[in-house]
Amino acid sequence: MASKIKVIHCLNQFFGGLGGEEQAHVTPRLVEGAKGPGMLMQSIFPEVEIIATLIFGDNYVAQKTDAAVEQVLELLAPHFNDAAKDQQAQLFVAGPAFNAGRYGLACGALCKAVSKRYLIPVVTAMSEQNPAAAEYRRDVYIAATSDDVTGMEQAIGRMVPLGINLLHGEKVLPETDHYIARGQRRNYFSSQSGAERAVDMLLAKISGQPVLSEYAMPVFDRVEPAPAIKDLASARLGLVTSGGIVPRGNPDRIVSANAQNFGTYSLNTLDTLSKETHQTAHGGYDPTCANENPNRVLPLDAIRELEAEGAIGSIHPYYYATVGNATSVANAKQFGESIAKKLLADGVQAVILTST
Amino acid sequence: MVKEIERAGITVVHACSIVPISKTVGANRIVPTIAIPHPFGDPNKSLAEEKILRRELVEKALYALTTAIEKQTVF
Repeated sequence: MASKIKVIHCLNQFFGGLGGEEQAHVTPRLVEGAKGPGMLMQSIFPEVEIIATLIFGDNYVAQKTDAAVEQVLELLAPHFNDAAKDQQAQLFVAGPAFNAGRYGLACGALCKAVSKRYLIPVVTAMSEQNPAAAEYRRDVYIAATSDDVTGMEQAIGRMVPLGINLLHGEKVLPETDHYIARGQRRNYFSSQSGAERAVDMLLAKISGQPVLSEYAMPVFDRVEPAPAIKDLASARLGLVTSGGIVPRGNPDRIVSANAQNFGTYSLNTLDTLSKETHQTAHGGYDPTCANENPNRVLPLDAIRELEAEGAIGSIHPYYYATVGNATSVANAKQFGESIAKKLLADGVQAVILTST
Repeated sequence: MVKEIERAGITVVHACSIVPISKTVGANRIVPTIAIPHPFGDPNKSLAEEKILRRELVEKALYALTTAIEKQTVF
């Protein structure tokens, strides 16, 4: 039997089995063999052997990326260079991270660094909606996945063959290998000149036929910066948070992940938030600190202080809250549009939006 | 959400713990905060110290709102 492909698999604390948000701070560590999704990977692809699993805390890598990357490169060193043949890594696989932002960023950063330092093929997997996909797709092959963990088998089924193809130096394409396009162009010989092809396209367009450009235009959805507030002392300020701060009991039942709604909550009689009045509904971070003192996520106490001192003209009487935990871009866009309408109707000129 | 609020013509500052995500989604005024579970606080400090820290961050957010920018800016 041919020897198996030696893989190092990289997972966050949750998928690596260390724990939930209370373990999100842990530093990277390397353990022997496969964990969690790695077991599934080995059972679907028997030609693959996970020699070690790298596990990291989501918060640690998202917040101390540079330090974390250095630690990971050091941890992996024994699997390169002078390693015994059965411990020599051939392929680095990270995730899948689905639509988890911190996890996706960590997978992207670690893949990029490992490929650069150790010159082996690297592959990760995440949803195209994951903010890390836009950040890392040019540097790293990212297999496209569903938004959540229900797509685990499909994600592994795309990520591993992609990695094996890269290892064997096979040609890969986004369309056939299901990875997120890296923005690269491939040369080819055509029997028709560019001018002929352009005229053909134009004629097709005029006659209402479908036209596929040879150069896909990137979609940039950017908004121009709004002008600076000239006089904050006479301006009306609105408060919005994606950190899940809601009145105690979560009256609108905003869900802890993939939020479907936002809440509108009165600030009229409030000078501060406390554990008696408010809590977090967010399921994507350890809620202990936020529940103990919700001002740590929505800093109402400091804002009221500055209002009383005259630094801020006035505060819009409601704040708006949702949970930014794997919430789809489409939902967030719709929440933003509705919130903006309410703010405009009350003459709000400036907004502080806080995120965890 | 930041982008839709800004698109409506309201000047907005995004105070957040993971700056790369904020940049990718297209916030223009970005203020980095302390940590994911406590962006405007630090449970290792005394309540008074923490309050000062929080107020400083809010003041930085207000400064961002009153500063003219032409492109995405991390304050």
